[in-house]
Amino acid sequence: MSKWKGIITLVAVGNPLFYLVAIGIGIGVLVTENSGTSGTGGVEYIVFIAPALLANTALLGAMDETVFPVMEGFKWRKMFYATNSTPITGPQIALGVFIAALVRVAFSVFLYWIFLIAFGVMTFQDSWLAPIVAMYGGAAFGALMMGIVAGVQKDDYFLTVLGRLIITPLFLFSGTFFPLTNMPIFLQPIGWISPLWHTTELGRYFSYGYEISGLMLLVHFLVLTAMLVAGIKIANVRFTNRLLK
Amino acid sequence: MSESLITARGLTKKYGDFTAVDGIDFDVAKGESFGLLGPNGAGKSTTMRIIAATSRRTAGTISILGRDPEEHGPQVRAHLGVVPQQDNLDTELTVAENLYIYGRYFGLSKKFVKGRVDELLAFAQLEEKKDVKVEALSGGMKRRLTIARALVSEPDILMLDEPTTGLDPQARHILWDRLFRLKEDGVTLIITTHFMDEAEQLCDRLVVMDKGKIMAEGSPAELIKKYATREVLEVRFGSDKNREVAPILHKLCDRIEELPDRILMYVEDGEALLEEIVAKKLHPNTSLVRRSSLEDVFLRLTGRSLIE
Repeated sequence: MSKWKGIITLVAVGNPLFYLVAIGIGIGVLVTENSGTSGTGGVEYIVFIAPALLANTALLGAMDETVFPVMEGFKWRKMFYATNSTPITGPQIALGVFIAALVRVAFSVFLYWIFLIAFGVMTFQDSWLAPIVAMYGGAAFGALMMGIVAGVQKDDYFLTVLGRLIITPLFLFSGTFFPLTNMPIFLQPIGWISPLWHTTELGRYFSYGYEISGLMLLVHFLVLTAMLVAGIKIANVRFTNRLLK
Repeated sequence: MSESLITARGLTKKYGDFTAVDGIDFDVAKGESFGLLGPNGAGKSTTMRIIAATSRRTAGTISILGRDPEEHGPQVRAHLGVVPQQDNLDTELTVAENLYIYGRYFGLSKKFVKGRVDELLAFAQLEEKKDVKVEALSGGMKRRLTIARALVSEPDILMLDEPTTGLDPQARHILWDRLFRLKEDGVTLIITTHFMDEAEQLCDRLVVMDKGKIMAEGSPAELIKKYATREVLEVRFGSDKNREVAPILHKLCDRIEELPDRILMYVEDGEALLEEIVAKKLHPNTSLVRRSSLEDVFLRLTGRSLIE
């Protein structure tokens, strides 16, 4: 990962910045002109989507740093087999990948958060827990992806499906650009299972005082925790079995 | 036999219905250079992976340095240096970084590993390539680096799976020289190969494997003595005529092998036999007298050539 510092920084700031400017400002004007702030719980549109973009930065960063290293380690360059020829075990390799992913997520999230404060979209006092929450969502999604990818044999098929049919709908149907409740009820379950929605909802609560019940706070937190724990458990089992052929 | 480092009894590995290793027994003594010889798919690499504590056996027992590799994987692996069939170096890192990081996986101190890296760069003749990324190295250099990497923890046992497959003759000879030095230093070597010359050069003792079973065991010289004759006469009469003359040749020699392109005749004195053949007015297109090799042993044991 040390070799990719430059590109990680660019991606961390660049990609969500494009969304922030294009959608937050561009579409934000449309939204505000037509419905004021009534559709976004009383805050400007850009304030409404900023926590979602922060969560998205965390989740995509976590995905990059779990999916690709795990594919490389097991399939493309098979480096995990070299590591496993030493006293290092499968679960230790998984833990190493996970910690490296968290470092990248922390870096990207904090950088983007500072940006949001600089743009006046968030304030330090109100939102200091927002990056932590985003990181927690990233950790949960990263763990889950690591567990899934550890079992993938046909990588080209998997990566296409992941990118086009999983990540894009998650991004669009997780209450990122509009409240999830705007969607017809049959589409809302996509959000319910999406780590992005749970992270975004928590992020809104911890950045501008978005109204949310104590029960839902707990639900969001528990869903992410369940993903984190399940992901790590699955990864540990799969890493061990795949290395010990 | 001196102290046994590895003891395997009835070792078996199945993948579904396929039996890769079929109840084999062997011992490897300290300081010995032990070879597993056989064609592709004979079960050599699977056996190596079980010894390396990176594969679970289906049945049988195995003890490596007194430990069961399935129960004590990390502890067993701490004493092994593993050179896999395909190099799995980190191609994005430099030569020195590959050695350093691998050494740190063994929990060795930074200071020790740094010293070891310099020694191993010299051993692998890669000092000038120290800061070069691995992807820029030649095949022979990558192989030497993989071997150097396996030595970083000063292992008790060095395991080499097909160490010279895919290398050109010059690179092979450099590698053999390096391995010979390790052997002289008393490192226990376990080598799989399907190259006869490699087994003869490097192995004190070997087992011949085929279809997951051990067909024979001994030193290269013992095996040749037991399963072949001193010399081999190879004659070619042309592909159609080989079959015609074979019955006549059989009367002159107890053991002959008909291969698609030539006939092998196992005798003590090849020149004398050739004279007899010529005296019978049989004139082979080409003829060659050579010493018997492990290739002949394998042919005898399995009825097949090693490289098909």
